[in-house]
Amino acid sequence: MKNLNCLLLTSIVLINSTFAQNQISQPEMADIFMQHGKFYVVVGVILIIFAVLIFYLIRLDLKIKKLEQNIS
Amino acid sequence: MMYQLKSLSWWKWVCIILLGYTLVAGLTLPVPAREILNETIRNLYFHVPMWFAMIALCLWSFVYSILYLGNYNYKYDAQARAFAEVGFVMGIAGLLTGMLWAKYTWGDWWSQDIKQITSAITLLIYAALFVLRGSIEDEKKGATISAVYNIFAFVLIFPLLFIIPRLQDSLHPGNGGNPALGDDSLAPMMRPIFYPAVIAWILLGFWIANIKYRYFIYKNALENEES
Repeated sequence: MKNLNCLLLTSIVLINSTFAQNQISQPEMADIFMQHGKFYVVVGVILIIFAVLIFYLIRLDLKIKKLEQNIS
Repeated sequence: MMYQLKSLSWWKWVCIILLGYTLVAGLTLPVPAREILNETIRNLYFHVPMWFAMIALCLWSFVYSILYLGNYNYKYDAQARAFAEVGFVMGIAGLLTGMLWAKYTWGDWWSQDIKQITSAITLLIYAALFVLRGSIEDEKKGATISAVYNIFAFVLIFPLLFIIPRLQDSLHPGNGGNPALGDDSLAPMMRPIFYPAVIAWILLGFWIANIKYRYFIYKNALENEES
């Protein structure tokens, strides 16, 4: 029983240390930000801006099309 | 408007879909974790396509300048003019986004990197094209001289953006002798976003240039009616 406990403890320490090392050696990414930081709101905002600009571009395109019909 | 929407060219719809995809996928899908770059690696989907778009638009402009010198059709001149203008705007966007990216990865807005210098020269060459065009009052003379200049301007892109940066040490990946966007520098997981992004931004540039072109044609028709 004592042996088993010892083995368990060592393995936990080993796993922990390798995990900690991984965290240090990995380049820092915005993982937590992506999960909890309401990041998708930003994506939504960008999509709204994109939609508005595209809407405007389409309107501009159609307006020019109307003018073209006048001259031809 | 709903009825008119049907008259919008198919490639403009492709542009909207791909650009929407680029924005969502480019911001949310996983990217490789790299030192120094961190999340800014996502700029690959936004900064690099600006230059692809500039070169595509300037290529179009170059072809129409050659065609214009062949038969002096004012429509060819309008194509060359509109596409060079939007190409220049895309280049400015590329330069500014590059500077912001450089500030947070290379440490400074401007590091006198060889590719920064040559891309600035490229933009100055195109800026001179518009000054040249604006300084000639005679429409036909201006069109002819601009077409000749534009051909030289486009040819200069090759040594300035592709040859000289590879001969020098550069902070940009794919320079100083390395292939750009080769096997190592573009991770496979980024390709399904990067290639559609390039097409999307090129199409957006073509769309805006297309509107500018039709503006020139309309203006020309109005002036002919008046005289």
